[in-house]
Amino acid sequence: MSCSRRDFLKNTVAGAAAAAMPACSVILRTPDEAKAMTEGSKVRWAFLVDTEKCVGCGLCVDACKTENEIPYEAPVSRTWVERYVVTRDGKTRVDSPNAGRDGFITGEIRGEEIDPEDIDKAFFVPKLCNQCDNPPCVQVCPVGATYQTEDGVVLVDREWCIGCGYCVMACPYGVRFFHPVHKTAEKCNFCYHRITDGKEAACVQACPFEARRMGNLRDPEDPVTKVITNERVQVLKDEYGTKPHVFYLGLDEKVR
Amino acid sequence: MKTHVLRPLWVAIALVALILIARMFVVPDDFGVHGDSFTYNYYRLSNVQEWKDFPAKYTSEKRCRRCHDENAGLLQESKHARLRCQNCHGPGAGHPKEIETLPINATREHCLRCHHRLAYPSSQRGDLPGIDGAKHKKNKECRKCHDPHHPDLEDM
Repeated sequence: MSCSRRDFLKNTVAGAAAAAMPACSVILRTPDEAKAMTEGSKVRWAFLVDTEKCVGCGLCVDACKTENEIPYEAPVSRTWVERYVVTRDGKTRVDSPNAGRDGFITGEIRGEEIDPEDIDKAFFVPKLCNQCDNPPCVQVCPVGATYQTEDGVVLVDREWCIGCGYCVMACPYGVRFFHPVHKTAEKCNFCYHRITDGKEAACVQACPFEARRMGNLRDPEDPVTKVITNERVQVLKDEYGTKPHVFYLGLDEKVR
Repeated sequence: MKTHVLRPLWVAIALVALILIARMFVVPDDFGVHGDSFTYNYYRLSNVQEWKDFPAKYTSEKRCRRCHDENAGLLQESKHARLRCQNCHGPGAGHPKEIETLPINATREHCLRCHHRLAYPSSQRGDLPGIDGAKHKKNKECRKCHDPHHPDLEDM
């Protein structure tokens, strides 16, 4: 290959100009803008469930349905309470009649009466939307009807939802369902209207045993954040990589 | 190129243009990426405000105390201090203006939520004072004997 001096110089200048291009494409921002972009939101909501404290009264489910206008008699709920009964023979029985809305007022579990002597351990686990950092339900939405707000809560746009149900299938925690009245995808949103207004979520307010609490992970002085950072907490289905933001204290390995 | 090749091409281009123009009118201005991820932050921005405007039903405990200081005070002193007014009286929004009296949930089943004895070894449920709902004073409302605002057995 021959290369004249003229061509060599030409190419060198062109190459240098091309190399300088990316530097030109950088957008200049004021220091305030840059600060706002790197810091992001000052709020990241997180939920703390203390399963040791839950007695399965179901007042949270009751309050949630009323607060969020989920038809009371419909067999769907944004949050629910599960009862786990582990017996000596190694069997685990789980139930959540009416999503736990009416509490657990009988020892009978799925039509089976269990002798208290046979029970190794039994406990209640409240569940709700995990407001994941990597929400699979949002990834699959074909129309942009569900999304993550800047404070980490996943919301559903009822006007935009086409009711395809992909998100219902995608959620590994099974928290999504169709709203019987609006016919759109529905899920817990941490009572977004309440928490952004300085109120407690309906379930948090209704819980007499402080088994449900909520806090801001970006605030190191928040009592809930302190528990999450300093104590041994667990999340559900960590292996899915969804980065859930509902943290559990005293979670048993039987809980799925 | 021959016209029979070009003609369908023009039709296709016109269709795409039509869809793009229609999209401009149908999709609201605030629909787009609001955040750093197309995957998670692609939405209609005004929907966030719509959710914030959702009406709250449960009011603050302070609001109850403004008029019902006596009962609230009694409850606060009792073993039921952990309970909130609205656990039994229902949501306070609209009371007293639109809803003059709040419905009280005084059913047996409501009390049994906590007080049906379930002796579960690893749950605090077992530590709560409890009865067998199927046997203890069957079909009778609990409040006929027990005052929910002051549920002390010694004062009965």
